Amino acid sequence: MQEYELIIVGGGPAGLAAAISARENGIERLLILERDYELGGILNQCIHNGFGLHTFKEELTGPEYAQRFIDQVFEKNIPYKLNTMVLEIEACGDEKMVTAINKEDGLMRLKTKSVILAMGCRERPRGALNIPGYRPAGIYTAGTAQRLVNMEGLMPGREVVILGSGDIGLIMARRMTLEGAKVKVVAELLPYSGGLQRNIVQCLEDFDIPLKLSHTVVEVHGKERVTGVTLAEVDENRRPIPGTEEFYSCDTLLLSCGLIPENELSVKAGIELSNITSGPVVNESLETNIKGIFACGNVLHVHDLVDYVSEEAKKAGQQAAAFLQEKESDKKEKTIIIQPEGGIRYTVPQKIRTESMEENLTVRFRVGKVYENVYVNVYLGDKQIIHKKRKKMAPGEMEQIILKKSDLTQELKFDKIIMKLEEA
Amino acid sequence: MYDVVIIGAGVIGCAVARELSKYRLKTIVLEKGEDVCSGTSKANSAIVHAGFDAEPGTWKAKMNVIGSRKMEALSKELDFPYKRNGSLVLCFEEKDLYKLENLKKKGIENGVEGLEIITGEKIWEMEPNLSKNVKAMLYAPTGAIICPFKLTIALAENANINGVEFAFDTEVKNIQKTTAGYTIETTKEYYETKCIVNAAGVYADIFHNMVSEEKLTIIPRKGEYCLMDKKAGNFVSHTIFQLPTEMGKGVLITPTVHGNLLAGPTAEDIEDREGINTTGEGIAKLSKMAKLSAENIPLNMVITSFAGLRATEKGGDFVLGEVADAPGFFDAAGIQSPGLSSAPAIGEYLADGIAGRLNAQKKENFKPERKDIPCVAEMPKEKLKALIKENPLYGNVICRCETVTEGEIVNAIHRPLGAKSLDGVKRRTRAGMGRCQSGFCAPRVMEILERELQKSPLEITKAGGTSALLTGKIKEDLE
Repeated sequence: MQEYELIIVGGGPAGLAAAISARENGIERLLILERDYELGGILNQCIHNGFGLHTFKEELTGPEYAQRFIDQVFEKNIPYKLNTMVLEIEACGDEKMVTAINKEDGLMRLKTKSVILAMGCRERPRGALNIPGYRPAGIYTAGTAQRLVNMEGLMPGREVVILGSGDIGLIMARRMTLEGAKVKVVAELLPYSGGLQRNIVQCLEDFDIPLKLSHTVVEVHGKERVTGVTLAEVDENRRPIPGTEEFYSCDTLLLSCGLIPENELSVKAGIELSNITSGPVVNESLETNIKGIFACGNVLHVHDLVDYVSEEAKKAGQQAAAFLQEKESDKKEKTIIIQPEGGIRYTVPQKIRTESMEENLTVRFRVGKVYENVYVNVYLGDKQIIHKKRKKMAPGEMEQIILKKSDLTQELKFDKIIMKLEEA
Repeated sequence: MYDVVIIGAGVIGCAVARELSKYRLKTIVLEKGEDVCSGTSKANSAIVHAGFDAEPGTWKAKMNVIGSRKMEALSKELDFPYKRNGSLVLCFEEKDLYKLENLKKKGIENGVEGLEIITGEKIWEMEPNLSKNVKAMLYAPTGAIICPFKLTIALAENANINGVEFAFDTEVKNIQKTTAGYTIETTKEYYETKCIVNAAGVYADIFHNMVSEEKLTIIPRKGEYCLMDKKAGNFVSHTIFQLPTEMGKGVLITPTVHGNLLAGPTAEDIEDREGINTTGEGIAKLSKMAKLSAENIPLNMVITSFAGLRATEKGGDFVLGEVADAPGFFDAAGIQSPGLSSAPAIGEYLADGIAGRLNAQKKENFKPERKDIPCVAEMPKEKLKALIKENPLYGNVICRCETVTEGEIVNAIHRPLGAKSLDGVKRRTRAGMGRCQSGFCAPRVMEILERELQKSPLEITKAGGTSALLTGKIKEDLE
């Protein structure tokens, strides 16, 4: 049986950055398992630009951004297996067992000391949205359409309505238009878009594609192929308002209604998930409740910028290396919980072992609705340790604050810190 | 000249075809869809009723009980998933207890074994998630769950290897009596036959009325369903029915043989025989009714919703057998619930009648067994190891959610009456039936269909007909 120090599940942006960083931190026996036929993950189908502004200070396309990491994987001779599906991760004490299959090796049982989860996420399908109507051909998630158009050169439709204004939906509105389709409207259930502001401008406004906020699809028409959809306005409880129905003829409905971290393997392994992020609950080292299993990227929580995925994954690689090189593994450490309140939906990490944290710990979070001129306040007991003003915050944009170790270690009697949005 | 033409390749048509394939008869099945199991048989509760519900003496009662008894052996012979999980009928009001007793009596009269009324704490010992409002329940240990696609496909494949022909995309337009039997006009060609089996689901009255003065009327009754993620599959272990309440006939909650959780159906009479659209009101009603049985049913884990039509005949019972004023024309009409459960019994009953009429002899070389596509997701590790060694395509996972491999998909395409579309592959392998609902695997399954069937990507459909998945190549529409 083969034995590894670290197995990385997923060869997308998170898995690649994690592998590189683990190798840079001295891990020799590591392996990336990727289910697709090439490294790079979803970035391979994201042929638009706008990637890498933070990481490389230049604007790259998705495949270019991925290639920068793939090149390093090659340079560092990091082994990887493509077309390889992980079926199971088992944790038995200090050992982990990864079961995977592919055509060449057949069924593999790989023993490893640690694992980094980097499986990414999937799109919420039509079924989970309970959109009434027929179930004809012509209903695609935006990402599936993106793969067809950008990787296969095929058009999923000519006349398009898009439900959901997530980033992939916005990007696809522009792509489909550039490839000759007519995008009639983008409907968004919420009173605000879940996508980045720059995408609304560059993908909709620049192409005169209307964005209808507080609207949803109430019926799909067409028995074999989509012939149209009916949109309606929704009230504050997101229920369609009778009388506001409007028919749009189209042959395609694209859905961009949210991403869900793919944690089926994690659940089977016994990893605790957060109800809010649908990703693992992690500590300051991005380690899950199972010692030696780490998570990063969209499997942990959905990101809007790949640059932050890379940054997070780099840290997961470092932490996995530190775990592997650590002498005594059962240090008794004090754990503090971060409790999000008042407008903050979640934080990653969710808990901190104060002694293990680095001097500056990045805590990422999202808010539940659009806020203007609010303060992000962090309290340790009664003491306010962070007080930061934000001009505008939206659910579509991930936020972050930096916690200082010195702030947390001066007062040892508290076992939680509270993070909330306040007007002052 | 055919001996028998069967109209409709749903579960009933295929059950009759399989039984007829035991005889030396020239038989063909005409199907307007591009595949078997593409009408009523594809969207239902996927259960085998124990048989206590139907009025004693009716066709429904007789066929249900026989069908239910045959199903397990058939599942072994034809290798399709079947699980005897038992069913429960919930009673929510003390005053309705007599209804439960009546059901039990009816069941005993119909020949259903092991019926038992359960009260008190044992209710929640058997099903911890049931509502605290349940006062009593009728337990039927012979209730079972099944995969309706695999049952129908298995019957059809086995009929086919035993000599029954199938013509797809072939819609019957007219039927005329001749001296020797009947001439059937279709959208493709004419068929001469001695006997006809009318297994046309919601269209059965139309064909019946072409040859008989005793008219039938079939009303499509729509039932909407919600299917939940496999994470919710253990929410209940039995099939949970409700006694009718003021809110209506009741809906069921059941695990499926593949480990999902299913809730449904609503019941609404409609006019459109193709009206399988779900509705906002239907799903809302379904949610409300399902919560009567179990408040905490995880409807937030729905991965898809769908609607099916039951072919309800005005008289209320199945209409089975040779039509009095149309010799050689055999009806299997009005096959609504418990139609799936009754299919093996109806198949045998009609085949016996036809064989008798045509004085047909049994074949000596009938092959009763059929093996399903290997299922990688459920295979023990050692067996999977050997399978991949033998055929590496079984090591290439295409559908991530359901762990369906390239080997299974290629097998599904090239077996008898193989898959031609995305839905065809889906029903044979489950590729695309998981939580992402084909988001990841659709483009890859399309590629495999193209390659194996030597078609252009633009010819690949969701389910035949005009359900093309693509409209062209990029930039074609730019001037």
